[in-house]
Amino acid sequence: MKEPIIQVKNLYAGYDGQAIMEDLTFDINKGEIFVILGGSGCGKSTVLKHMIGLLPPVSGQVLIHGQDVVAARGKERTRLLRQIGVAFQNGALFGSMTVLENIMLPLTAFTALSGSAARTLALAKLGLVDLIRHSHLLPGELSGGMRKRAAIARAMALDPGVLFLDEPSAGLDPLTSAELDLLIKDLAQTLGITFVIVTHELESILTIADNTIMLEKELKGIIATGHPKDLKTDPANEYAYRFFNRNPGKEKKP
Amino acid sequence: MQSGSQSLWAGNLVTELNINHTDTGRTFIFSGRMDADGIAKVWEKACNGIDTQAGTDLTLDLSGVTYFDMAGAAFMVHLDRTAREQNMKSIRTTGLDPAAATLVERISRNELSAPAPAPPAGRIRMFVANQGQGLAEFWEDVKNYIAFFGEICWFFSTSLVRPNRIRWGETLRVAEQAGVNALPIVALISFIVGLVMAFQSAIPMKMFGAEIYVANLIGLAMVRELGPLMTAIVLAGRSASAFAAEIGTMKINEEIDALTIMGLEPVRFLILPRVIASTVMTPLLTVFAILVGILGGAVVILSMGHPFSAYYNQVVGFVSWGDFVGGMIKCFVFGVLIAATGCIRGYQTRQGPSAVGEAATRAVVSSIILIAVFDGIFSIIYYVLDV
Repeated sequence: MKEPIIQVKNLYAGYDGQAIMEDLTFDINKGEIFVILGGSGCGKSTVLKHMIGLLPPVSGQVLIHGQDVVAARGKERTRLLRQIGVAFQNGALFGSMTVLENIMLPLTAFTALSGSAARTLALAKLGLVDLIRHSHLLPGELSGGMRKRAAIARAMALDPGVLFLDEPSAGLDPLTSAELDLLIKDLAQTLGITFVIVTHELESILTIADNTIMLEKELKGIIATGHPKDLKTDPANEYAYRFFNRNPGKEKKP
Repeated sequence: MQSGSQSLWAGNLVTELNINHTDTGRTFIFSGRMDADGIAKVWEKACNGIDTQAGTDLTLDLSGVTYFDMAGAAFMVHLDRTAREQNMKSIRTTGLDPAAATLVERISRNELSAPAPAPPAGRIRMFVANQGQGLAEFWEDVKNYIAFFGEICWFFSTSLVRPNRIRWGETLRVAEQAGVNALPIVALISFIVGLVMAFQSAIPMKMFGAEIYVANLIGLAMVRELGPLMTAIVLAGRSASAFAAEIGTMKINEEIDALTIMGLEPVRFLILPRVIASTVMTPLLTVFAILVGILGGAVVILSMGHPFSAYYNQVVGFVSWGDFVGGMIKCFVFGVLIAATGCIRGYQTRQGPSAVGEAATRAVVSSIILIAVFDGIFSIIYYVLDV
């Protein structure tokens, strides 16, 4: 079932007319766990921001369900955004609401659910990330890892078809991170949710990713694509090979 | 049935619930989309339809469902639990495909109830407790403020012995930011105050042909009272809040902890430059404010046909050096208060997203209160000393 759900076409990513990534073109298929890889500061998060329509790219298109995220306005944009969920790097939970209220917010705002129904659905999502016991706390009272999990629960609140996760496992302990990987895999398999994940957690990339693109700063583009296991074992692509084998290399890349 | 997340608008089937009554119990027949939107329509009906009579059967029939996601799964778990609480005998779910069953199983691993927050105490008790706590916090705050102020004074006096330990570069930067850059707003406010006050008093005074004495009024009021006060209030809004926000942000980012660990006392490193800069700049700004305020009054008098020299002579002849020195001492104290309050409130910033904003608000409120209180104190002192 090769059915592209997100198509990125000739995307020039960057701020203020300055492209840091040039001419990116790739497709993400339905139900796929797609990982965007790359060294620190290469522009992974910027590409992600373009893909969710938060930041207009220098040029190029991002299509979700065949609809241009960049050009969408008004109602069309709201409809498009309802089909995606985003968990930001630092959680971005609303500090004045409890965790439960944070998850309930999209449910009560976008559906006709009653308070107690929305509560039950929100608790179900919190159960998936093991946060029910902390649902009455304010985000300020949570640890970093909990905040991250709460953000993922909020991103899932409306059962979107596509979930964007920015560094989901950074700062999580190995056990929690492994549990999160399991959950992601499970959701992708049972629900057919498409995941777009920005990360450099090698362990989790190798366990869950179906497809990856690797961005490189100097090249301003995609240096490798494919299944992570192939990238790890294929020395032909030197940068990706070193990246996966944590080998800093003798000399600097040209 | 089909599970899996497609576009939310892919199928357009309306969610429906029919309840069949049989001899032994009830069958809930669901059809359409079981997503958050869909179940909103049938939630009430389903929850109310659960038999309150113990010992009956419940069957959840999902074979007519076209779409099923986590919201639907949570709904099934909820219905199942509610029915069990009502002591219904056997609860069966039919027509669930394996993928959907996995979801239901996953969600049913958790108890879907949040921990209850602590029960609130009685209203009257709450009121009394809150008032008492407020008072206790106020005294604690006053004590902390005085202690911190003492600490600043201590660091200042020890720095006087070795002036090279003060960060003069930073002091100059703050002086520019909190002093020079505040000139336009201070000038605008003083000019308007001088102009408006002269205009308002000139109209009744003209009835007695005494409008030239407006010069005395403006001169004295500006030099003794309004110049220092207006400048201080503008600076409280501008500098105190900025200091509190700067230092508060540093506190949240653990920069203050980093300074402490490096052995650089935060008070000497961050607070002293700000206090020194503000203390020097406030009197300078006040002199400027007084001048501009008197000029504002001059505009009104000139427009009434008096020459500028008459206005000038009237002001200079009436306002004494004693008045001027009194005003300067006052605004010097205001300068210390504004900087110290801003820094102390910034330093007291707690954790959390709204903490910095709270610190800035507290800085402005506290410094304006202190300015008002000290202005009153100075009035009494000057009255007693007959200055």
